[in-house]
Order: sequence, then C-alpha cells, then structure tokens
Amino acid sequence: MSAIKVPTTTPRGKSSFGQALTGQDLSTLTGVLIVLEGSDASGRTTQMNMLTEWLEQKGYAVARTGLTRSVLVGEALDQAKLGNVLSPRTMSLFYATDFYDQLENTIVPALRAGYIVLADRYIFTLMARDLVRGANLEWLESLYAKAIVPDAVFLLNASPANLVDRTLNAHHELDYWESGMDIGLSRDWYDSFVKYQHRVRAEFLRLQRKYHFDTINANHGIKAMQKELRGRIEMVLDRAYHHSPARPA
Amino acid sequence: MPNHVTIPAAPPPEVLPGKLIAVEGLDGSGKSTQIHLLHQWLSGLGCKVFFSEWNSSAIVKEATRKGKKKKMLTPTTFSLIHATDFADRYERQILPMLKGGFLVLCDRYMFTSFARDGVRGCAPDWLRKLYGFARTPDITFYFRLPLEVALGRILEGRPQLKYFEAGMDMDFSDDIQESFRIFQGRVMENYDEMLAEFGFTQVDATRPIPEQQEHVRDHIQQQIDLACYKQKAKK
Repeated sequence: MSAIKVPTTTPRGKSSFGQALTGQDLSTLTGVLIVLEGSDASGRTTQMNMLTEWLEQKGYAVARTGLTRSVLVGEALDQAKLGNVLSPRTMSLFYATDFYDQLENTIVPALRAGYIVLADRYIFTLMARDLVRGANLEWLESLYAKAIVPDAVFLLNASPANLVDRTLNAHHELDYWESGMDIGLSRDWYDSFVKYQHRVRAEFLRLQRKYHFDTINANHGIKAMQKELRGRIEMVLDRAYHHSPARPA
Repeated sequence: MPNHVTIPAAPPPEVLPGKLIAVEGLDGSGKSTQIHLLHQWLSGLGCKVFFSEWNSSAIVKEATRKGKKKKMLTPTTFSLIHATDFADRYERQILPMLKGGFLVLCDRYMFTSFARDGVRGCAPDWLRKLYGFARTPDITFYFRLPLEVALGRILEGRPQLKYFEAGMDMDFSDDIQESFRIFQGRVMENYDEMLAEFGFTQVDATRPIPEQQEHVRDHIQQQIDLACYKQKAKK
C-alpha cells in the first residue's frame, strides 16, 4: 500500500463537449472525473467498489455517481419502462434529462468540492443504447455537448458470451431492456440478449475510436482488471495533481 | 433485421398528406383563443383536425410538474424536459396524424423553446439541433402585440404568477412581477428575431378577436385546399 499522497497542485478546471453547460462555471471545478462504461455484468460495480477503497486509502475523497434514477424524472422513467409506451426518442430525451439533472446536482458540486468522482456509466452508455436503436450520432453528440469531458473513460469490454454467462449465474434471469427485447431482434430472450450485446459492443467500440477512451479487457478476472485500472488511474491522477503542464504560449 | 432508423437527426423531406399549423406568441397574446376558434371552424367544415398543446404529454407531465413545483430545474433540464414532452407528442400523435392526412393544430411548437430557453441561456444552435427531428410547420402564426399590452393582460387578470413562468430562476429581480416583465421582454425579442428565420405569419394581436380570426382563416384558405381534408371527401 503506498503512502498517503497529498496533492501538490490543483487540477485545472473542466470543459464540456462543445456547448457551455448553461449557468455553470466549469473553470472552477477542481476535482477529477473518472468514468467506467460497459454493459451490465461487465463488472463495473465490483471494480468501482475496489477503486473507491483504494483511492480513499490513498487519501482522496471519492464521490460515486451512476445512471440511477434522479429525483426529477426517475419515477416517470420507471413507469414508462414498465409499459414500454414511449418512442425511442422520447426515452432518449428522458434519459438525457435524467443525466443532466445528475450532472448538475451531483457531479458538478462534487467536482467543485475537489472530489474524485467515479461515475458508474456516463454519456457513452446512453449514446450506445440509443445508437443501437437507430439514433443519429450527430444528434446525440449535440444532445450531450453540454456534458463535462471526463479526465478518463474506461470501457470494460466483455464478450457477449461472457456477459450472458455472468448474468445468468448472478440473476438467474435476463432483463428485458438489457436483452434489447424492445427492438425485436428475436423472440427468444437468450438469443436477443446475445445479439443486442453484440450491437451495443460494436457501438461502444465505434465511440471508443472517436473519443479515444481506454479499453479494459473485461473477460479477465476481477483482480487483473483492478490492477490494470489502478495503473492507468495513477497516471491520470499524476497528470491531474502533480504535473499540470504549463500551457503553451 | 433492417437498419431501423427510428431517431433521425432531421425529418425526411417527404411531403406528408397532412398540414401542420402552429400558433406562437407571448403569454397574453390571445393565441390559445385564436387556435380554439380555428379548431371550431375547421371541425364545423367537416375537416379531419387534431389539436395538440405544449407541455401536455401525460407521461412526461408528472416529472415536469414535480420539477417546477420543487424549483429543481436548471436551464438545461428545463429545456430537455419540454423537448421530451414534445418528442412524445410528436412521435405518437403529431407525425402519425400528418401521415394520416390530418390538419394538425399546435398551441405552441418548438419556437416556444427557442424563445424561452434562449433567454435562459441555452445556445440557439443547441436548441435548433435538439429539435432537429421535428418538421417546420406549414404555417406558423405569430400573435404579436406590444409588450406592455401583453403584460397588462396577464398582470391584471391573473395576479398569481408561477415561478418559472415569471423567469424567477434567472435572478432578474426578486419581485416576481418585475421578473416576469423582464423575462417576457427578452422572450419577445427572441420571437421577433425568428420572424424571418422561420417565415412566421404575423397577426396583429391588438385587433378585435373576430378580426384576427378572419385574418387567420383567410390565410389558411389561401395556403391550404381545405376540400382535401374533409372527412367525407374520400370515396
């Protein structure tokens, strides 16, 4: 276990993906935003738990956020999902509302207070889901252009075969949405799950090529993944706290 | 499985059998009265007509109500929740009705978001892309009147202003009536700027109600062959 690290410099402020986050001054945010993306059963939660413990032991304050339901639209969203009555675009906008509600009410305050924010999924999961449902990438990019650019994004990339195996082992059933049953890929849930996860993974990789986030092989064991994540996050924190490079003139 | 394009960025350029008519204007401009009278007239003529109102989708309403009541909306979420409401109505009702050959009447359309959310600081290009999936109406009536007249109608008749309606979230003023004045003034500037951009048909909202309605009906008759929309027209 390494010694407690006292940050010597403060990370510079944040920026957004091209559109100002209305009413928020991102230049004063001193925390670090680290995002884990990936399908359910890719092991995100386990990795997040281990990272939290590790970072706190190193002396960093950690705030965790996820795409759990916000106070604002959570109830309506759950209700809509039960009935599956909303069009894909309406769902897409509902999720975007939910995301921004969390961004402005949870993530921004934590970053302002200098926390390391560990985000259990972020805009790329939302985009990948919508892309599989036929959304236009340009429209989605504009929709999420007010989101804060994370300091690091890690995609936990597992094969659909592994995902289905883990899901069945853990829950003994498949989730309607995680199986993409709303799209009509197959009437067979198992079959639909595998097909859907193949598509989600293809979209994640397409986004990965464009946004250059890190990929972690999530077919590996828990410890191997954690080791890889810690190594990469140490570099991110070094960059953020110790080597804030002077801006070129 | 085909590549189902369910969320295109822009509407297909195809001509739809229906026609889309929207009314826009400040609170107090009388546009809701005018579109109600228009609705009555078209129904009376036997036309296939459908009416849709801003912020009225049942499923989204609850979230909007909660957000407004608890004052928990930011400019971004305020804008997005209205876009969600619109998308729900647009994809489940407005667009299918247009494909089914209806005259679709909208009390407020995306321009309301452009005007109000623009005042709240959302960038015009962001807002236009957000609503990029929606068709521009065939006719948009803009009920224009001097700011003081609109304010007078609202502030006289309904003393209880609502928080977001008055733009209180913008910190223009601690006084709710003053905040409403400033907010409405800015909204009006945005409407005026959109007049040419979207080719609004301007109606002088200071004129007597029947006169405005006549203007509206005349314009529709010039632009649309109403005989095509009569229920009994098909054989």
